[in-house]
Amino acid sequence: MKIERLIKMANDIGNFFNSEPDKEIAAEGIKNHILRSWDPRMRKSIIAYCQEDGAELNDLVKAAISKLPA
Amino acid sequence: MSINKEKDFGTPASTSENMVTLEIDGFQVTAPAGTSVMRAAASIGIEIPKLCATDSIEPFGSCRLCLVQIEGARGLPASCTTPVAEGLKIVTQNKKLADVRRGVMELYISDHPLDCLTCSANGDCELQDMAGTVGLREVRYNPVETHLNAVKDQSNPYFSFDPSKCIVCSRCVRACEETQGTFALTIDGRGFDSKVSPSQNQPFLDSECVSCGACVQACPTATLMEKSVIDNGQPEHAIVTTCAYCGVGCSFRAEMKGEQVIRMVPAKDGKANHGHSCVKGRFAFGYATHKDRITKPMIRASIKDAWKEVSWEEAISYAASELKRIQAKYGKDSIGGITSSRCTNEETYLVQKLIRAGFGNNNVDTCARVCHSPTGYGLKQTFGEASGTQDFDSVMKADVIMVIGANPTDGHPVFGSQMKKRLRQGAKLIVVDPREIDLVKTPHVKASHHLKLRPGTNVAMINALAHVVVTENLLDEGFVNERCDVAAYNKWKTFIADERHSPEASESVTGIPASELRAAARLYASAKNGAIYYGLGVTEHSQGSTTVIGIANLAMATGNLGHDGAGVNPLRGQNNVQGSCDMGSFPHEFPGYRHVSDPTTHQLFENAWQTELSNEPGLRIPNMFEAALDKSFMGLYCEGEDIAQSDPDIKHVHAALRAMECVIVQDIFLNETAKFAHVFLPGSSFLEKNGTFTNAERRISPVRKVMSPLAGYQDWEVTQMLANAMGYPMNYSHPSEIMDEIARLTPSFAGVSYEKIERLGSVQWPCNDEAPEGTPIMHTEHFLRDNGKGLFMLTEFVPTTERVNAKFPLILTTGRILSQYNVGAQTRRTENVAWHSEDRLEIHPHDAEDRGVNTGDWVGIKSRAGETVLRALVTDRVQPGVVYTTFHFPESGANVITTDNSDWATNCPEYKVTAVQITKVSQPSEWQQQYSAFSEEQLELLEQGIGND
Repeated sequence: MKIERLIKMANDIGNFFNSEPDKEIAAEGIKNHILRSWDPRMRKSIIAYCQEDGAELNDLVKAAISKLPA
Repeated sequence: MSINKEKDFGTPASTSENMVTLEIDGFQVTAPAGTSVMRAAASIGIEIPKLCATDSIEPFGSCRLCLVQIEGARGLPASCTTPVAEGLKIVTQNKKLADVRRGVMELYISDHPLDCLTCSANGDCELQDMAGTVGLREVRYNPVETHLNAVKDQSNPYFSFDPSKCIVCSRCVRACEETQGTFALTIDGRGFDSKVSPSQNQPFLDSECVSCGACVQACPTATLMEKSVIDNGQPEHAIVTTCAYCGVGCSFRAEMKGEQVIRMVPAKDGKANHGHSCVKGRFAFGYATHKDRITKPMIRASIKDAWKEVSWEEAISYAASELKRIQAKYGKDSIGGITSSRCTNEETYLVQKLIRAGFGNNNVDTCARVCHSPTGYGLKQTFGEASGTQDFDSVMKADVIMVIGANPTDGHPVFGSQMKKRLRQGAKLIVVDPREIDLVKTPHVKASHHLKLRPGTNVAMINALAHVVVTENLLDEGFVNERCDVAAYNKWKTFIADERHSPEASESVTGIPASELRAAARLYASAKNGAIYYGLGVTEHSQGSTTVIGIANLAMATGNLGHDGAGVNPLRGQNNVQGSCDMGSFPHEFPGYRHVSDPTTHQLFENAWQTELSNEPGLRIPNMFEAALDKSFMGLYCEGEDIAQSDPDIKHVHAALRAMECVIVQDIFLNETAKFAHVFLPGSSFLEKNGTFTNAERRISPVRKVMSPLAGYQDWEVTQMLANAMGYPMNYSHPSEIMDEIARLTPSFAGVSYEKIERLGSVQWPCNDEAPEGTPIMHTEHFLRDNGKGLFMLTEFVPTTERVNAKFPLILTTGRILSQYNVGAQTRRTENVAWHSEDRLEIHPHDAEDRGVNTGDWVGIKSRAGETVLRALVTDRVQPGVVYTTFHFPESGANVITTDNSDWATNCPEYKVTAVQITKVSQPSEWQQQYSAFSEEQLELLEQGIGND
């Protein structure tokens, strides 16, 4: 999977939840959305990217991905 | 079997609840007030002669054949225009009436060809019947002038118009007005010169006629006649089935001669269409027996090889062995499948079952991914169910209709006609669309507001509407407090009231004048019944799901839910979009929209299917392509879908298909995807199988086999053979058994059975103990979320990353046209090409002038993804800065230029916004030239393979 594609997808999800004033709730929303709709190999790739670098991910998205089960 | 003609009561039914009793020919009859004497008589089996009356249109009272005598009344009133009244005593037959009727018929026949024995309507002609009924034995007149030599109009590919047989009863004219709402026909001239005239005395094909067939259906003679009947004679039996085109799901009588369809006639008691049809469903069925049909299974090792025709056993065995080989080499999750909205519920259910239970993963997706997946997400989140809220008939109670990003008169023409009927009755219309669709201004219909927004700004627009509702206190807080999650509502109210969402603040983004938007918001919010209908102009955006949520918010805030005439109504593109989604075609959901990780549901399906199932979401279609290029997804079973034409950024799709080691296509034609395939399993058309389709109003309707499958098997049988070959046993003997299983495992379908569908004609889910005969309108008492409350969600506008600049200064948006359907695989193989034989690029005169482009010129359309070439159509239907095209022809390459941008929640592609530049060119694009060569090569490989065994 091209990581650039997954980064864009994750950030797009983040943009929706970003309007939630409570950032804990927003991060939870992002995490759950990814958990419930991404195939495991996609999740594995984005988790790995987030842990290794994560520079292209929005802060909120990074926080959400860090909550994803490995 | 027999043709079983539908009974004609002469005039429409009255809906009055007041009943009156009268006497007709000595029999007492009770009928609703407003019923005609003719209909009341017909209801007790007394057939009053008639010619100008038929029960699909209002009475006209012109033929004077239906005269009756009323005790105490003067003269002989027409029974079609005389309403019943308490205590009337009516005589329908006596000598005086017989003499008058015979005289009327004599006059008609004096100017009518006496060629009954060779007439195409012989055996199905009301004029002939009436001549017999009244006992006409001679014609004493010898007219000096007649219409017998009037010239036929054969211009329409599907029906002929023979004015020599016309009795000028105006049924065709009235059907065009009342049923279709196009007003293409009129009676031109006076007295003897009176004649039916399409538009300004033009041939039918050149006129405004949309070829819906309503006039042909209404004609009592052979004046307007299907050419298929002229060529083949009258049908001898009829079977009721459901149309395989758009999401309206019209009910049709397939009128047959043996196994040959003679004509498709809209069923009067069809609950979605009430006897109406469009050019596709009514006439464009010839593709089913087109010479391009492939009826033998084929295999090949590589897409560079010639196809080899093989037995079903060999094809299935080869397909299964390849899938198993790939799984052994690349892992269990390296294969998957795609279901199609063109297939039945039972077929899609079976494909997803094969993938989940037989392949052992959840890599199943459906073409709704690229159309209405945001509807599923947005409405499930807010209302608790992934479906529209109303039945189609609800529109007849709407006071204000808002159409957002949909073009019903082209995309959903039969519902479009129903909507126009309501608009002619006085309902107000708001159109939200970048283009001036026909509804904006059409005969006797004019939109109160056309919010001509810039493509890609839907969320800003819907937020601005909601902002007006909140800040001008146009809310229905009673509804909100009782029916919705109040904490979420209060949060949303604060959010949406912020000045950044005001029409004034968003005007520069949307391009909609603030005053116009405010007026539209007030109109919608002040309606007793405000209804929203939307289409792919809402969903196919990077914020498609957000707009769906915004629409739901707006409807909840104004209390426009849970009752007749209101609601949120997605207009589904293909016939079974709703059904294919219901059946568990998404990679994260079992049938009934239950997540694969939900322990109770997971256990339920493991127990029922007797195998271990994955509780992880599988790959969506675009993820499959990515994974193919990454060598982790190498085998695909694709039933009834044409991803190589329909999906965005097509070069990427083609590369992914080329990367796979085994592509299995099950289809009726060697479609574009099949050109990349290794196994071809010939499919069956909707005429060749049993099953059900579920339309946009959740109506489950029967699909009935009217002819034998050309390839020997119905599609569900092929899937079953593949499952068995994969080692997962399936042993259904009829699709009704599949539906029984669906009902056992899916709460919203618990009460659905073939017996019930047979008895009721169709049924709308949810259909269970709470609603044993189905649910026309949803959320009447509570929403279907766990707590029963509607959920307001925050919908921040996030501009798409696909933006115009100096290099790509125009926005391309896409859509469909009335005569063609989806990727065109069906309609391109019919006479519908007479109306639309190529995709064209619509461009505004200003933009065209800047580029020296005239209508008919070849223009190159270049985007960040690719380039293609189409001919231009200069029109002010599009606004400056926006260009538009359809996508019905593969050689057009519309999806060469669309990008991989997609909806944040569902990955539905952003088809509706692509930044492009247009230039005048003289030859096809490089891609078109390459694809043309590839396509020719594939057809050659097909030719080499046919009959090689």
